[in-house]
Amino acid sequence: MSNNKDNGAFLKGMRDGLPIGLGYFAVSFSLGIIAKKGGLTPVMGFFSSLFVRASAGEYAIYTLIAALGTYWEAVVISLIANARYLLMNAALSQKFNPKTGIIKRLLVGVCCTDEIFGISIAWPGYLKPGYTFGATAVAGPMWALGTALGIVAGGALPTRAVSALSVALYGMFLAIIVPPSKKDKAVAVAVIASFTLSYIFSIAPVVKEISSGTRTIILTIIIAAVAAVIKPHTTPENGGGADA
Amino acid sequence: MHDTVKVLIYILIAIVVTNGIRVLPITLIRKPIKNKFIQSFLYYVPYVTLAVMTFPAIMEATQSPIAGLVALLLGIVAAYFGLGLFPVSIICCVAVFIIELFV
Repeated sequence: MSNNKDNGAFLKGMRDGLPIGLGYFAVSFSLGIIAKKGGLTPVMGFFSSLFVRASAGEYAIYTLIAALGTYWEAVVISLIANARYLLMNAALSQKFNPKTGIIKRLLVGVCCTDEIFGISIAWPGYLKPGYTFGATAVAGPMWALGTALGIVAGGALPTRAVSALSVALYGMFLAIIVPPSKKDKAVAVAVIASFTLSYIFSIAPVVKEISSGTRTIILTIIIAAVAAVIKPHTTPENGGGADA
Repeated sequence: MHDTVKVLIYILIAIVVTNGIRVLPITLIRKPIKNKFIQSFLYYVPYVTLAVMTFPAIMEATQSPIAGLVALLLGIVAAYFGLGLFPVSIICCVAVFIIELFV
């Protein structure tokens, strides 16, 4: 299905998917340790991670399995832990070339993780689906492999190494949000407000009881809405999203 | 084995629900949005979400919160000076590793 134009994008996606995959590996390795408590075999962990690819969502579900929760709880917790993808993919829906077919759009949607979303939205102009597919083709299996190895090897990796590797993902997030903040002061202010409110929500009484997944949804809606009212941003003809 | 079946059902639920959430907005929104507010809202969503997920989580991910904080500041500086995804990540990881040798 891929045409020549998309091949370059696919390769670039694979290149950008590698650091994401390396970061994933550390996180999914620790996820595997939790999955093991839920009774998952390495093969089950591999495929479950390959098809779900959601850190918070998987963490929630493996913990629930270990605690013998109900199936309904599994549905609700999956909805809550992953609701941010509703917002992310609503944003991503505006990055498509109007000519991009529905099948490719849906596949891009399925590929969406926090990090894959981050690099896809940063693609200049209309998103080339091949880019997202290339990144997922590399990062997805590494995520799955990390989970499987975590189930097999458990606590073999020294804590110091896990601690250092665990910030890799955040480093990537910073590389995505800082450059646009430099270009657009409104984004910078929104980012600073996000850091501040997120911190307050994690320590203030009552609101600190809210899970991190729900906190992300609530704060994203509030801060993005306020920013949109104070400093409206309309994108020119070629693609929406981050290419301001 | 009954238990294996149960675990598989949990996994299936996670796969269906998670990917259902992912494709829903894409199925519903197929045209460019004209509404100025929604356009602006969606413009800010990615940065706000990623920022909310980064802090203070980066301080909770490391064994010493200070190491996470330093990684955050170094990462911001590195990204500000134009370094890409991978170099910024490596700088953050190395910073945590070195700081945790001393604390």
